Amino acid sequence: MTIQILKYAIDLIAVLLLALGIKGLSKVRSARDANRLAGIAMLLAVVGVLINFLGGAGISINAWIWIILGASLGGLLGMLTAQRVPMTAMPETVALFNGCGGMSSLLVAIGVALFPVATSSGELSNGLIEISSIVVSVFVGAITFSGSIVAMAKLQGWLSTPAWMQSKLRHAVNIAFAVLSLVGAIEFFQGGGSGLWLSVTGSALLGIGVTLPIGGADMPVVISLLNSYSGVAAAAAGFVVGSQLLIVAGAMVGAAGLILTQVMCKGMNRSLLSVLFGGALGASSSLAGTTENNEYTNITSCSVEECALTLEAAERVVVVPGYGLAVAQAQHTLREVARALEAGGIDVSYAIHPVAGRMPGHMNVLLAEADVPYEQLKEMDIVNPEFPATDVVLVLGANDVVNPQAKNDSSSPLYGMPVLDVQQARTVFVVKRGMNAGYSGIKNDLFELSNTSMVFGDAKKVLGDLLVELKELGVGKKG
Amino acid sequence: MSFLSEALWVLLLGSLLGLELIGKVPPTLHTPLMSGANAISGITMLAALTLIIKAGENFPLLVIGSVALGFALFNVIGGFLVTDRMLAMFSRKKTSHKGYR
Repeated sequence: MTIQILKYAIDLIAVLLLALGIKGLSKVRSARDANRLAGIAMLLAVVGVLINFLGGAGISINAWIWIILGASLGGLLGMLTAQRVPMTAMPETVALFNGCGGMSSLLVAIGVALFPVATSSGELSNGLIEISSIVVSVFVGAITFSGSIVAMAKLQGWLSTPAWMQSKLRHAVNIAFAVLSLVGAIEFFQGGGSGLWLSVTGSALLGIGVTLPIGGADMPVVISLLNSYSGVAAAAAGFVVGSQLLIVAGAMVGAAGLILTQVMCKGMNRSLLSVLFGGALGASSSLAGTTENNEYTNITSCSVEECALTLEAAERVVVVPGYGLAVAQAQHTLREVARALEAGGIDVSYAIHPVAGRMPGHMNVLLAEADVPYEQLKEMDIVNPEFPATDVVLVLGANDVVNPQAKNDSSSPLYGMPVLDVQQARTVFVVKRGMNAGYSGIKNDLFELSNTSMVFGDAKKVLGDLLVELKELGVGKKG
Repeated sequence: MSFLSEALWVLLLGSLLGLELIGKVPPTLHTPLMSGANAISGITMLAALTLIIKAGENFPLLVIGSVALGFALFNVIGGFLVTDRMLAMFSRKKTSHKGYR
């Protein structure tokens, strides 16, 4: 009995710490401690489970072996992945971790369905509750797993969307998958063991079918949504094994993930429905207009030297960093250039679009890695009114987020997305490798404006050359 | 039946708590928050653990439980560490910044 009470106490403390952890993660100052707090809460929860069994029926040597085997293998791989993965690959890493969480819930549900020793009552016979929670766990777990893996593969560039997936046909196919999963679930309810596998297959296929047509720019929203699902899957697994701690934690993550998804959608001016069912952003236009629409006619290009001269004469410079900057690993060189300009008395700030990088907040992480002071990062709403008073804007590897089409051209697929109004500055330099279209495959009108000059080249090389030119001009030397 | 009604209350209150906890999140923290919450969803490791302990001599169930535990711990440990790596950059910069101003 005392063991029971001890276990309840540990569980309650764990829930409290988890809640404080999630709360603290939403503030810059407390975020790191909050993350650790949540980690401690998880450890505590494991201790609670172990104590409960040690004080009760005990844990066999056999069980310990399998626990240590699974835990050390998974934990070690997780540790290595977390340490090795580059910051630029953060979105796909989160997707991978998330998929594995979903897989775990799925496996638990399958295990209980096949061998019902682990249910709260110890059997499946009376189990409308058990069976329905297994069904939910299988459904959500499988979708989370296959969806997350597809999201990861798409972000890594391993998978591209097949053409038929962008047609309306995919809705019919997805409905068929959902029906398959439902039929399996009904059969499982009636005691058919094969129904379980039908449901697993249908749900996994549904996860693939729903995620595959979604365009790269919308992928962060999907990952956030899948993250919410994995919380739901955990809560469902909690019903399966009769653990209230699992239900609370899963429900918290599920709800918090939903809110975060909503916040992200707002930042991109997209509705969740259009992300999920609207298909790839710009897919139709890039198919129709690759030949005639996307050709640029009026491009001004200039050398790094000219760019340096203009920068030297400027008073206010705003840098617009994008994913291309991160790919070129040029954050550090950018910081050097900014230091030189600042030392020359030039005001430098960074305009951060809400979806700069590949995930909201991703660019902040990348710039923080390069030691850029937090105060110089300006959010879109604050920096937009400042562009008319800006001498030079340096666009580095960003494309869609500075496309004026989003404001001016109601026929553009980008129309309505909030963008940075860089064209209002006196001079705009766009550093770009070539004239290829951006993430969305949409032509950027900014490049043809008279105050825009293109500087062709890899972002890191251009910035390196720029640094040399600035030094030769004597920018940043004292006196 | 009492477990079900209790569990449903827990589900409801947990969801409400989750909705309340994330009020205003600055965009800077979207990525770390997502990956931190993601790590917490690996809490299914508790279910996997229970499965293994209750499996007894049932070999297939031991394997399923162990694999489930591995996947969950991959999610939990990887998730927390990668979040910490991201957040470390913010705090490191804050202190070094104070240093040279």
